[in-house]
Amino acid sequence: MSHIIDRRLNGKNKSAVNRQRFIRRFRSQIKKAVSEAISGRSITDIENGEKVNIPAKDISEPVINHGPGGRREAVHPGNKEFTRGDRIPRPLGGAGKGNKASNTGEGVDDFVFELSREEFLDFFFDDLELPNLVKTKLAQQVEHKWVRAGYTSDGIPSNINVIRSMRSAISRRIALRSPYHARLREAEEKLELLLLTQGETDPLVLELREEITFLKRKINCIPFIDEIDLRYNNRIKQPKPTTQAVMFCIMDVSGSMGQSQKDMAKRFFTLLYLFLTRTYEKTKLVFIRHHTIAKEVDEEDFFYSRETGGTVVSSALELMHKIINQSYPTSDWNIYAAQASDGDNWSDDSPLCRDILANSILPCLQYYAYIEITQDDHQSLWREYLKVKEMYENFAMQRITGPGDIYPVFRELFKKQMA
Amino acid sequence: MSNYLSTGSEWTFGLLKKYETAIAEIAGEYHLKTYPNQIEVITAEQMMDAYSTVGMPLGYHHWSYGKQFLNVEKRYKRGEMGLAYEIVINSDPCIAYLMEENTVMMQALVIAHASYGHNSFFRNNYLFRTWTSADSIIDYLVFARNYIRQCEERYGEEEVEIILDSCHALMNYGVDRYKRPPRLSADEELVRIADREEYLRLQHNEIWRTLPPKPVPDEEDFEELFPSEPQENFLYFIEKNAPLLEGWQREIVRIVRKIAQYFYPQRQTQVMNEGWACFWHYTLVNDLYNRGQVDDGFMVEFLKSHTNVLFQPDFDHPYYSGINPYSLGYAIMTDIRRICENPTDEDKQWFPKLANTNWLKQMDFAMRNFKDESFIAQYLSPKVIRELKLFSVLDDDQDNHLVISAIHDDAGYQHVRHALSEQYNLGTHEPNLQIYNVNRRGDRSLTLRHMQHNRRPLGSNIEEIIKHLVRLWGFTVRIDSVYDNGNVELTHECRRDF
Repeated sequence: MSHIIDRRLNGKNKSAVNRQRFIRRFRSQIKKAVSEAISGRSITDIENGEKVNIPAKDISEPVINHGPGGRREAVHPGNKEFTRGDRIPRPLGGAGKGNKASNTGEGVDDFVFELSREEFLDFFFDDLELPNLVKTKLAQQVEHKWVRAGYTSDGIPSNINVIRSMRSAISRRIALRSPYHARLREAEEKLELLLLTQGETDPLVLELREEITFLKRKINCIPFIDEIDLRYNNRIKQPKPTTQAVMFCIMDVSGSMGQSQKDMAKRFFTLLYLFLTRTYEKTKLVFIRHHTIAKEVDEEDFFYSRETGGTVVSSALELMHKIINQSYPTSDWNIYAAQASDGDNWSDDSPLCRDILANSILPCLQYYAYIEITQDDHQSLWREYLKVKEMYENFAMQRITGPGDIYPVFRELFKKQMA
Repeated sequence: MSNYLSTGSEWTFGLLKKYETAIAEIAGEYHLKTYPNQIEVITAEQMMDAYSTVGMPLGYHHWSYGKQFLNVEKRYKRGEMGLAYEIVINSDPCIAYLMEENTVMMQALVIAHASYGHNSFFRNNYLFRTWTSADSIIDYLVFARNYIRQCEERYGEEEVEIILDSCHALMNYGVDRYKRPPRLSADEELVRIADREEYLRLQHNEIWRTLPPKPVPDEEDFEELFPSEPQENFLYFIEKNAPLLEGWQREIVRIVRKIAQYFYPQRQTQVMNEGWACFWHYTLVNDLYNRGQVDDGFMVEFLKSHTNVLFQPDFDHPYYSGINPYSLGYAIMTDIRRICENPTDEDKQWFPKLANTNWLKQMDFAMRNFKDESFIAQYLSPKVIRELKLFSVLDDDQDNHLVISAIHDDAGYQHVRHALSEQYNLGTHEPNLQIYNVNRRGDRSLTLRHMQHNRRPLGSNIEEIIKHLVRLWGFTVRIDSVYDNGNVELTHECRRDF
């Protein structure tokens, strides 16, 4: 007797739980490996998973075995030139030692495996936090989800709850029968007593017999299930709280910003965006680029169109202030901003920037991060911003010189504040 | 008019059934007794899942299986390893997994190999018959999985994981090597007491009364050992005697122990089991060919796979990692048939009871009644030793040279055979470590004894193992080493608060 069964459609992720357990258990090692993998290099494809190395000895499962030493004999195949009594100098190291040492040798390698994107980001942003997460307002567009909410007495047939319906049917039957049952029991007892003394033809006996038949019929008439018994699963809509955030990306696109600097800025913005999407269910992006005048653009234009000209940073800040006032009331939105620039600014403009930031923008913002991508000395903008930094806690500034700095700077900006 | 079962390499469920029936028919003619077969077709991903739970169709959850899975997945994706073509489970019905990617030839090979070769081995070999109950293993695994999940819900995943980690570390020392005698019923107990009294009465002899009385050992400095005899099954001892374990923890120890016991025969019959299965897939598929049921292309492909499986790299080959059990087992199995059918003078001298007898009966006997160690000692012939060019190397750390102790010549056959047999003896393979004593009146510490053999010391991860033992036992654990010269020395100690 043989059966052939097609199991291909069965779930294939039987090991998912075990995999999770593994990752949970070696959390600290994996985290270390992730940050090592990141710190050395730039983050172009952070979207993908990451290969992770863990030293094999950290995760080995011990078994009881023999250690090296002592006297042991091993049989091997493929003898070529040996004869009995040959003496061979003992080879160095494990390889070819003539026993199992050679195949356990591979255990020394690191344990390498791949994290999925989700898992990777989890580790990547682990112990980072968004500062000032106080204002997490419900989104305007309320989303709904269906939740169970007990049972109702009307609904559509597909929602009938059989157990509940049968339960109320039973209780109704018991309830409706009980008076008849009581009378029936009484009548039957009387009849029994009567029959001890009287014959079948006694009028009283006849009367009792009639009553018993009547009561039995009554009891049988009670329906097994009635419409009033039916119960339906009830589901109601519940508003699902969603939080939303808007992120302003401000970038200097004047002639002094080269493609490589823009690239670094882009990576920084990508990181911030990924980070925000993990905290907020809805994250909107506003791109503002500026040279002497600022413009709200789409992503493509933001990163790739070329512009030349001088630099007036305040134009961008003014535009941002305007957009906040028009479309993103602070009561509804968590607002974040990141500005990337090479530090170049028309020097008379820098104090103006400080004013706009300090007086109109920062009060509405959750967080403002300024990164300066340059290897040159700081200019007026940096100095003015330093003053802002002293006034506001939700303002942060860092300098990036090469792609390798992006991740450390990002971590520095969003590192968990010790309570 | 050809009667090929199929041409081409694609398989269908109809074809699988046809091949299965054809193979079953031939297997029937060879009197192969098997459990009913349940052949399941699965995908590569599912195969990786099956892999990572060491072939248990339903395992409880544990991180080590996750680690295994990640490892298999990585190596498979990088192309460092192919997946096995099949996994077969010792259960009734016998479940064999076939991979979707296989060609029709491969599926036929696997059906012959797993569903008839391994299956009949599982059903008939004495170790499997003694230690595993194929009809209840699946139910037990379901129970184990549910029980452990409930424990996780009730006591927390971490708590359960800790216990499982410790049990896994001791898993190889969680098996019974001999059946425990069954519990006697009260009646049987009475009969036994009566028998003993009767025996003592018969032995009574007045002369013993004339002997001077033995000095009674002083109660103070004589403490009876507990357990009264050394115990080799650590997990059993812990399950029954660990002072601090909760009921559910004992049950988990028991689950791991039961599963270890279930796999115990497989660890002891690798060579035989694979040799037997290879012998039968080769014989069965060749018979298909001889009956004209498969074409030449099928056979060429089959022989290629067959030789790949049996490839044995030489000791100096870069791929060499010990003796390939498939190759050794197959060589001995085919050799038994050869000795029965066409014995040479040498064979007649070495195997007088095999020569010119019914090969089917002899092989059946060999399959039923041996394990690797005894099988090699019994059936490894000079011819196979010569063909594999086996030689034996003595590695003694007191000598700075390795010594070739025997090669494939007249003087060496016996020695090689003995050495190879020892190599498969789990008893020498694993350190001889036994539970020796519990300090019942004092600190409840547990003492283990390691009987050193050939001066081989314990591996370095005994330090980890002893921590696991302490975790389960709950009190200090010590290991005494007993050297070849009889000296005893305390070599390892781990206190409770490690």
